Amino acid sequence: MSDKSDITLTINGRNHAVTVEPRRTLADAIREDCGQTGTHIGCEHGICGACTVIVDGEPVRSCLMFAVQAAGKKIRTVEGLAQDNKLHPMQQAFMNHHGLQCGFCTPGFLMLAVGVLEREPNISDDDLLDVLSSNLCRCTGYQGIIKAVRAAAEEMRK
Amino acid sequence: MTAHTKGSGLKWVGRAMRRVEDPALVQGQGRFTADLPATHWVRFVRSTNAAGTIKFIGKPDGAMVVTAADLKGVKPITPMLHKFAYRPVAQAILADGQVRYVGEAVAAVVAASEEEAEDIADLVEIDIEQATPVIDARDALKDGAPQLHAVAPGNVILEGKVKTAGFDAVWASAAQVIKIDARSHRQNATPMEARAAHAAYDTASGRVTLTCTTQMPHLMRTAIADVLGMPESDLRVIAPDVGGGFGQKMSLCAEYVVLVWLARKLKSSVGWTEDRRENLIASFHSRDQYITLEGAFDENAKLVALRADVISNVGAYSCFPTTSGVEPLMAMAEMPGPYDVQQYQCLARGVLTNTCTMAAYRGVSRPIITFTLERLMDKAASAFALDPIDIRRRNLIDKFPYTSAMGLVYDEATYKETLDMAVKAIDVPAFRARQKAARDLGRYLGIGFATFSERTGYGSPAFAARGMEITPGWETVHITVDPSGFVEARIGSSPHGQGLRTTLAQIIADEIGVTPDVIKVIHGDTDTAPYGWGTFASRSLVISGGATLIAAQKVRAKLVKIASHLLEAAPGDIVLENGAAKVAGTDRSITVAKMAREAYTQTHKFKGEIEPGLTESGTYDPPGTFSNACHVAIVEVDIETGHTRVDKFVVAEDAGRIINPMIADGQVVGGIAQGIGNALLEEIIYDDGGGILTANLADYMPPTAHEMPPIELHHIETPSTESITKAKGLGEGGCIGAPAAIINAINDALSPFGVQIDEMPATPQRVRAALRASNSAHSRASGNPGA
Repeated sequence: MSDKSDITLTINGRNHAVTVEPRRTLADAIREDCGQTGTHIGCEHGICGACTVIVDGEPVRSCLMFAVQAAGKKIRTVEGLAQDNKLHPMQQAFMNHHGLQCGFCTPGFLMLAVGVLEREPNISDDDLLDVLSSNLCRCTGYQGIIKAVRAAAEEMRK
Repeated sequence: MTAHTKGSGLKWVGRAMRRVEDPALVQGQGRFTADLPATHWVRFVRSTNAAGTIKFIGKPDGAMVVTAADLKGVKPITPMLHKFAYRPVAQAILADGQVRYVGEAVAAVVAASEEEAEDIADLVEIDIEQATPVIDARDALKDGAPQLHAVAPGNVILEGKVKTAGFDAVWASAAQVIKIDARSHRQNATPMEARAAHAAYDTASGRVTLTCTTQMPHLMRTAIADVLGMPESDLRVIAPDVGGGFGQKMSLCAEYVVLVWLARKLKSSVGWTEDRRENLIASFHSRDQYITLEGAFDENAKLVALRADVISNVGAYSCFPTTSGVEPLMAMAEMPGPYDVQQYQCLARGVLTNTCTMAAYRGVSRPIITFTLERLMDKAASAFALDPIDIRRRNLIDKFPYTSAMGLVYDEATYKETLDMAVKAIDVPAFRARQKAARDLGRYLGIGFATFSERTGYGSPAFAARGMEITPGWETVHITVDPSGFVEARIGSSPHGQGLRTTLAQIIADEIGVTPDVIKVIHGDTDTAPYGWGTFASRSLVISGGATLIAAQKVRAKLVKIASHLLEAAPGDIVLENGAAKVAGTDRSITVAKMAREAYTQTHKFKGEIEPGLTESGTYDPPGTFSNACHVAIVEVDIETGHTRVDKFVVAEDAGRIINPMIADGQVVGGIAQGIGNALLEEIIYDDGGGILTANLADYMPPTAHEMPPIELHHIETPSTESITKAKGLGEGGCIGAPAAIINAINDALSPFGVQIDEMPATPQRVRAALRASNSAHSRASGNPGA
């Protein structure tokens, strides 16, 4: 495991030169090598979605991707959602509609929902529910999350 | 739909104020334990055997591997009850000689990174001479069963017994006795953040700071200092942002003790982050119970006596501080639930097995006892040819205060009113028509009811009744108005998602006439927060909220006194509002900020009549109160696959005064989601050898957004006389009622088949098995094996 690679991870527009083992997951690299701890790790087997980030426009589970696979790609994490001190409509909607309690799963849900709505702004309610079912939340019972994402979808279409 | 019955005018209490916790959390600025960097990382090597003797531990050359042999002088975790024939079972911090469940920590590998620690852990060789394990609690009670601990003969760790004086006579005179054999399978609370700890040694002071994901930082400090034999003052415990707890994080973890020991030994920082597999096999489990419940009814279907036999599988050890009495004793104390029944007999045993240790999980026993009791009510309704609603109405408590057969005093509640409210909202006649039409098409819809009481906000007397060596209960809050006029409340509770920083600010704002944005609530650090018990048992808003109100009232009184001096007016003429004190009927006023500044910097003006500074303390230790609710579920069961879909869920609940309706609704809905998991999906499954078959989140299945039905909430607010804020707690009710309502609905849906399911979760396999059994019974009865 000693044959490490020098790669550049571009996170929220900023380049991070890091040296990683081939087995290093993107999630660990984002958190530990790049110090962006807003992305959380809930299961490390691709079920809970807490570690969801956007890579080249697609929401991905960063625990199922190796850091070396993300080299040279555009990575977006929760830290990059707000722009110029203004919250992203999705962040604002989660606050307005009580879409979070402990907040551990929240970054993953935000990146999942933002990634999908940017790609498919007019997604149907049923399809949206399918998408949101790919992440787990243990606190909210999902009602606040669903309401928040629907409200943000409207806002993002404006 | 939410329809709160009362508004609160211009006050902050009663408003659906947005949470002050949220801006940081939605921006990824939360600070969770695993975010901290460390010099050393730990990987625990865990037993792959459920029972046996450790013969040899082989350590790779040059690796740091800590075992029980290294921890000489460290005391075992030995929680204690002084009642109920409790046996003081001890748990070594790392397995010492014996292993007793798959997942028990045997060794701790220390390395420079998590990856390296995992690589080394794979090379640690543990040779265990296997013994025969016992997994099921009923098996563990049999003669000749393997014995877990010499101190607990027969594997019984505690035995609660109660029988009311007139029981036998009333039982003998009953018109009918109805019996339910209920089974609740084992579950895991599954917070999205698994356990994590970080211990850092400070060379200058010799102190260790343990940051860990816990619901009770002060108690962790007391317990770890005890076990390690160190002064508490040398240990600081921080609960930073905690990613959900649900009870799993309110017990002492042996792993955290190892971390503090290592930090002191290495004089450095040490981190550990549990992976999901470890969480599912080796963090705390819950809900593994058998309950046999018999209800004696008179000829009018009035419940006159209740007899229960509770067998609670507590796993291999006892959890600290509650002990493994937490489930069986809760079951015994609260079995009669919301029903008026004065004769009661119960035997409640905690039984040791070669499985992961049981601890609290949201609702603690009440999801199970409510499920059992509500199955009993439905079965009794059927025996008396009554409607399920009617039999409940005949038996619900409606006179207050009510003293239960166990001596618990129920304050005023709305058992019948919430039942009526829920029944009206769900429109039962319309449902029955739909159900009939669907059946004609071969589709099976069902409706199920659950009425229940939720004991909340109980202080030390309630815990003392269990004979606990460590008796929690009270909470303390210190409120300071600082010289800049901003307010800080330091609390002993330790919220982790409940929004307490918001709701307590609402209480303070109303009391001292300032806006919540100038108030900060500080918690989760033993260096900066007063001693307190933490957040669990639907207690924080009632008890910490009560302490907050008491402290705020004192601050208010002092502000009035200061204003009276500075404005030269009688205290009775001072009005505190909008951040200022005013003299009623005049234009004379002074801001709270100005008064606070004077309280520190111009104390000579008070001529010794007012103490300097502006800090007040409140402590509250209430007897406890009872929230209540009625849950109604409508389900559809696919008889080909056994799959159940919850189509609609209605709640009518009463939790006293609601401080923040948005947060209250969030607690109820979140609880229902866990209840749906408990009812249909979630089960920790052991094989006969004690191996866990559900060690990832694809096999152990918390519900997703897809499993959630539309949920309709209705509220009644009956102010509690047993809570000075008038609020009752409501953190657990959602998951207490949902399993009963849903499984009653499944039974209703399958009533044409004569099927009875008294097991949770009612998985597709169990539903299909019940249908097959009913088909074959039907075939035998009709003499048609091909049917």
